[in-house]
Amino acid sequence: MAQKEVLGTPPEGIHPTYPYKVVLLGSTSVGKSSLAYRYVKNDFKESLPTVGCSFFTQMLNMEVATVKLEIWDTAGQEKYQSVCHLYYRGAHAALLVYDITNKETLNRAKLWLRDLEKEFLPDEIVIALVGNKVDLAAEREVATEEGEEFARTRGLLFMETSAKSNYQVNDIFMAIARELLQREQEKARAPSPHGRSTVTLGESRVRTGCCRL
Amino acid sequence: MAADVHKKKGWEVPNGSLTPGDGQHTERSESPTPGLAQGTEPGAGQEGAMFVHTRSYEDLTSPEDGAAAARSPEERRGEPAEPTTMEQISKDFSELSTQLTGMALDLEEEMRQSKEGKLEPSPQTTRRDSVLSGKEEEDVTMDAWRMHRKHVFVLSEAGKPVYSRYGSEEALSSTMGVMMALVSFLEAEKNAIRSIHADGYKVVFVRRSPLVLVAVARTRQSEQEIAHELLYIYYQILSLLTWTQLNHIFQQKQNYDLRRLLAGSERITDNLLDLMAHDPSFLMGAVRCLPLAASVRDAVSSSLQQAKAKSLVFSVLLSGNQLVSLVRKKDQFLHPIDLHLLFNLISSSSSFREGEAWTPICLPKFNSSGFFHAHISYLEQEMDLCLLLVSTDREDFFTVSDCKRRFQERLRRRGVHHALQEALRTPFYSVAQVGIPDLRHFIYKSKSSGLFTSPEIEAPYVQEEEKERLLGLYQYLHSRAHNSSRPLKNIYFTGPRENLLAWVTSAFELYICYSPLGTKAGAISAVNKLMKWIRKEEDRLFILTPQTY
Repeated sequence: MAQKEVLGTPPEGIHPTYPYKVVLLGSTSVGKSSLAYRYVKNDFKESLPTVGCSFFTQMLNMEVATVKLEIWDTAGQEKYQSVCHLYYRGAHAALLVYDITNKETLNRAKLWLRDLEKEFLPDEIVIALVGNKVDLAAEREVATEEGEEFARTRGLLFMETSAKSNYQVNDIFMAIARELLQREQEKARAPSPHGRSTVTLGESRVRTGCCRL
Repeated sequence: MAADVHKKKGWEVPNGSLTPGDGQHTERSESPTPGLAQGTEPGAGQEGAMFVHTRSYEDLTSPEDGAAAARSPEERRGEPAEPTTMEQISKDFSELSTQLTGMALDLEEEMRQSKEGKLEPSPQTTRRDSVLSGKEEEDVTMDAWRMHRKHVFVLSEAGKPVYSRYGSEEALSSTMGVMMALVSFLEAEKNAIRSIHADGYKVVFVRRSPLVLVAVARTRQSEQEIAHELLYIYYQILSLLTWTQLNHIFQQKQNYDLRRLLAGSERITDNLLDLMAHDPSFLMGAVRCLPLAASVRDAVSSSLQQAKAKSLVFSVLLSGNQLVSLVRKKDQFLHPIDLHLLFNLISSSSSFREGEAWTPICLPKFNSSGFFHAHISYLEQEMDLCLLLVSTDREDFFTVSDCKRRFQERLRRRGVHHALQEALRTPFYSVAQVGIPDLRHFIYKSKSSGLFTSPEIEAPYVQEEEKERLLGLYQYLHSRAHNSSRPLKNIYFTGPRENLLAWVTSAFELYICYSPLGTKAGAISAVNKLMKWIRKEEDRLFILTPQTY
């Protein structure tokens, strides 16, 4: 607890590192791997369907801390869905990706959200709704407002991106990292200034226990 | 976890007269003779084999094919509980055959034209428009579609399309219905359809309940070899789903559309079919090693061996479709077929080049009922060196990922990195190294190790068709040598463009291709020289000391 309190006002020289597990979820071929690839390698290539899942890490130097994003890019295919919950277990953040040119993929993302809400408490996980492929705006089936509105009612982060033309890909991951850090800080400050004495009390009790042994 | 088959000794000699004694591993003869017992031929492992012992594809096609035999049609036929009655099937058959599509019609036409046409079913009221639904893929009504050398279809027992190599499955659904009708029609009479031969085409059926696999080929392969390829396709599907899941699905719902579950994996099957058309590994039922100095390979193997974890069963390092090193858990043997499926999986997807992949995979010959979890990653961006770590525990990603890190660290510390890079620069050797002027190419397989070696295919086999033609010749010799009713030990084949010689013993198989101007006597002396060369080079071309954790 004490260590986390450092986060609010980092003293000179101390720069903590926080690892966060981030999962990319969504239907097949909405661009999950392309988003991950664009973000980690800043490149784009037409990719084949992911087999199982791929794991990437990315370090982010933020003002208050270093964030290590452990990105799990999952396969959207149905046959892997029985194992998918394994991939998102223990996640700190999830990107629900849909394809703006395919309405069905948004519906699928909503189902993913339902799964996540069953698994996690609202403050346990940061969820972002991501409408990918805005470079194909001409074939758009899902209006920006529709995604935005849905995200707003469910308290999700929202962004439209294009992995191909590198539009807002970095931004969405940054937004997630910021949100994660902010929650970390809030947790550290919470529940109230009086909370501190409780923690100390608890700690002293533990210490008594230790001495008894 | 392992099935019984995998517990058996690495090598067993089917021929009683050649029972190898214990001392044979050390008595490696200098100049190999046909009397070589298994285990002493060039390329034989000195400390037992890495693989489940296999006599090549007889293992696949023989009726005693392990677990698969349990669900072979032969057995099913005996079951009184067969739900379909003869009348029902005849009815289905006549209904289906009124929906013949263009493709089936043409096939029939060809069959009718051919003198040996044995099969002339059905009235033909065609509804060609039903075929026109194929969208992004090839139009199955076009000549180009019909001209493919080998079609492969997979369907469920309900006649539902599961996979087609060319063209969309929807467009072919009625064709597949006809195929299923043919199968059921004969099964109702307590018989089984195996193939139809007509006008240069072979239509081969393989039944592995709940699936039916059909190939329509005009290659020179034997029926047995085509069936062998179909079995690979069957195992490929199992590797994605497991046999247990596949059966469960169809028990629940007989007319399930399996394409839903296989979506996104078609290219893995496509790739496997393409690979089988030009890589002799599948024909030989063996694995090719990257040529590498024994000291370097040993360093790599022991680095792999040291980077172990409790849940690891196999650690495999590969380059292209060649094996660099394989370390296995004690008493657990990998089957060459399973390794081929892993090679195919890796070569069919570029996505493994980025990050670390973690995927459930079933190794059907090892255990068809469950998934392993495979960690797949390339060691370096620019290097064609892929590490595959097979674990039993799906929760173990980080442990296994750490094994990779430890492996790389040890590799660096041993300083073999540079030597590996050098070896990767020339992944194939030239046949000129052997020093036999007339020799153009060869394939040598050591039966006890399950490994084979073969030089790069060089001129005059430069063009893709020429390469395939050469493989076709090997396929022909192989099918003659392994013909179940009349196997041959020595074959001398004189062709207009090259001469070939095949020599199959209980210990090894050798196929050589040499100049059409060469003589038989020349070929025989070439074989002797070649065998000496392989013996001399064996520690570079084979893995003689396989490691276990």
